[in-house]
Amino acid sequence: MTQAPAGAAGDPAAFRAEVRDWLAGHVPAEPLPSVDTAEGFARHRAWERELAGARLAVVSWPARYGGRDVSLLEWLIFEEEYYAADGPVRVGQNGLFLLAPTLFAHGTEEQRDRLLPRMARADDVWAQAWSEPDAGSDLAAIRATAVPVKGHRKGHGEGGGGWLLSGTKTWSSRAAFADRAFGLFRTDPAARRHHGLSYLLFDLHAEGVTVRPIRQLGGETGFAEIFLDEVFVPDSDVVGPVGDGWRIAMSTASHERGLSLRSPGRFSAAADRLIALWRRAGEPADTAGRVADAWIAARAYHLHTVATAARLAAGGTLGAESSLGKVFWSDLDVALHETALDLLGPAAELRQPPDPDGRSPDGRWPDGRWLEGYLFALAGPIYAGTNEIQRTLIAERLLGLPR
Amino acid sequence: MMPAPMMPAPMISARSPEQEQFAGALHDMLGAGAGGATTTGAARQWAAGDRAPGLGLWRELAGLGVTALTVPPQWGGLGASPLDLVVCCEEIGHHALPGPVAESLAAVPLLLTALCTEHLGTEGRRDEELCAGWLTRLADGDLLATLAMPPRLPYAVDADAAGLVLLASADTIRLATPGTRHQSVDGSRRLYEARGGRVVAHGPAVTEAIRRALTVGALASAAQLLGAGRALLEASVRHATLRTQFGRPVGAFQAVKHRLADVAIGLEFARPLLDAAAVALAGSCPTAGRDVSAAKVACADAAHQAARAALQVHGAIGYTREHDLSLWLTKVRALLPAWGTQAEHRAIVLAAVGGTGLIGTGSP
Repeated sequence: MTQAPAGAAGDPAAFRAEVRDWLAGHVPAEPLPSVDTAEGFARHRAWERELAGARLAVVSWPARYGGRDVSLLEWLIFEEEYYAADGPVRVGQNGLFLLAPTLFAHGTEEQRDRLLPRMARADDVWAQAWSEPDAGSDLAAIRATAVPVKGHRKGHGEGGGGWLLSGTKTWSSRAAFADRAFGLFRTDPAARRHHGLSYLLFDLHAEGVTVRPIRQLGGETGFAEIFLDEVFVPDSDVVGPVGDGWRIAMSTASHERGLSLRSPGRFSAAADRLIALWRRAGEPADTAGRVADAWIAARAYHLHTVATAARLAAGGTLGAESSLGKVFWSDLDVALHETALDLLGPAAELRQPPDPDGRSPDGRWPDGRWLEGYLFALAGPIYAGTNEIQRTLIAERLLGLPR
Repeated sequence: MMPAPMMPAPMISARSPEQEQFAGALHDMLGAGAGGATTTGAARQWAAGDRAPGLGLWRELAGLGVTALTVPPQWGGLGASPLDLVVCCEEIGHHALPGPVAESLAAVPLLLTALCTEHLGTEGRRDEELCAGWLTRLADGDLLATLAMPPRLPYAVDADAAGLVLLASADTIRLATPGTRHQSVDGSRRLYEARGGRVVAHGPAVTEAIRRALTVGALASAAQLLGAGRALLEASVRHATLRTQFGRPVGAFQAVKHRLADVAIGLEFARPLLDAAAVALAGSCPTAGRDVSAAKVACADAAHQAARAALQVHGAIGYTREHDLSLWLTKVRALLPAWGTQAEHRAIVLAAVGGTGLIGTGSP
């Protein structure tokens, strides 16, 4: 592991240079095997440890948890460099970008000290457990329960009580190979809808947990169904007050939609590769407009995100307006990849096109990665609240249209 | 690794509190009207050939410093930044003010300034003094100016109302007079062929000045389009809240909500491009032309989407001349291809991006 110099704080250009240099020397020469295979998952976990060793895994976190205390603007710089360097998928992203912001906002000091350093080093890789078979867009229809139980359980220390989780969670990203999960459970059986829910953490290897991997459109087991049968969770793994889970989860949701889930670096790098592909294809006139629009939209998302980060740094908050960004980037992602596939012609259907010259000038982007990226992009308008839910939120909460 | 020049992160182009206040003052002024005339009423009368109410509004704008914005201080102007210009033109578009906005507030002052400061006058000092005089009168709000720059800007808008008409093409700027009139879909844009007269500037430096004038004009029209798009969204939300059918406000129907949400998204993500283009232009950044083109594409698309949605949400009442919505619907349609078509601006963007560098970072 490499120890990076710590002196970059406060100087964005120096920080960018350090990140770029480090990535140039460390990003694996050949892309890692898919994160949704046992081998690939292990390789990605090892990569996270390497990043953490350079204190680059969680740059915007406080130093005591493994970060560098830098601003969101520097985090955006990190992300741009990371995507430009084609760094591996962040296997820990559910924890890093969804659970961690929740713990910073609603967790206890003890929870942060116990959970965050392990998360930063990928000692614990987290999966999210929101949806249920009958609670998708209508998340408040959650039925999985958490029943209070007195006394301790083996391995959970003396005294205190806990909860027994039962029910089914589904579409749980990364759950096939992850270590732990976070989700909402009904703690008050008499309460309805978004009342009486609590935010709990549980161990995916605990007694009573069965994980059934689900093959996604692309054929890999990117998510899973989780069956819970009286799974014990100690009181210390309840985040925020019992019964306040909905509010806490929604604060996570606006992080997911708004700033941290899809940083602009992904689209900036993809738009850049799209232009290279378009040039290689002889700059066909019929796709020129769509290629230009992809670049323009990626730049708009970048500029908008930088402005949002500056606003948050100045003490602002992120609310319903995060829905604007979620629809924008997810639609952009699909349109951009569709344009690339159109440029590839008949070869676009191939998972691994044979042409050895079919690479972008940086040599790391075989044509098959456009299809891979497209399949990934197709999920964007669905997860983190479908785009239909987001448009309704925009209309009602931002425009003030009647319910 | 893709090479990208090492440069700091781009400047955050959030508007200053002063600029927000300035926009608010313009909004109040244009909302109140002048001399008993509303801005929409003035636009209708302007279209009918009665310019008095519209000119009254322009005098009020001059009182707020709008006409002095882009004129350098030595000729009585404010020498303000392109971002100030953008803030002002957005509010003008928001209220559908009639008159040669991008021409008189942006492109002509830039050409006249170049003519003076770069000594491009064909007859030397005589032309420079002439231009200096026009700049002073423009700043005072004493003069409206317009121009044609074929092929991209084939007609001089409102040449009949302007005290100064220029014809700029290739490497030459001429004084001009209004020729044949053409009807615009936007009745308040009175289009004239420009009949070229005496050459006031000529040469390679003039070509460069004309290029810059086209860029700043495109920026101003992009701002107008964004403002018009906002007005169309606001009108749509108002109408959808008040108008009931099937016993409910039409805005309670999901089809209406989702369409207006898409309009809001388009406008939200066009604005950062507009502001960033203004900042790039202020810093004489080499990417300014690309950034202005990106802004024009995004603002025009967002405004067009807003116009289509607004008409659909209003239904038949929106399809009438009588309803004020028609003022914005026709203005957006007219400004959409003005100052460069969408295809031309997309081509400028594509020609400027290499496909080899980081966007937004390597190039601010």
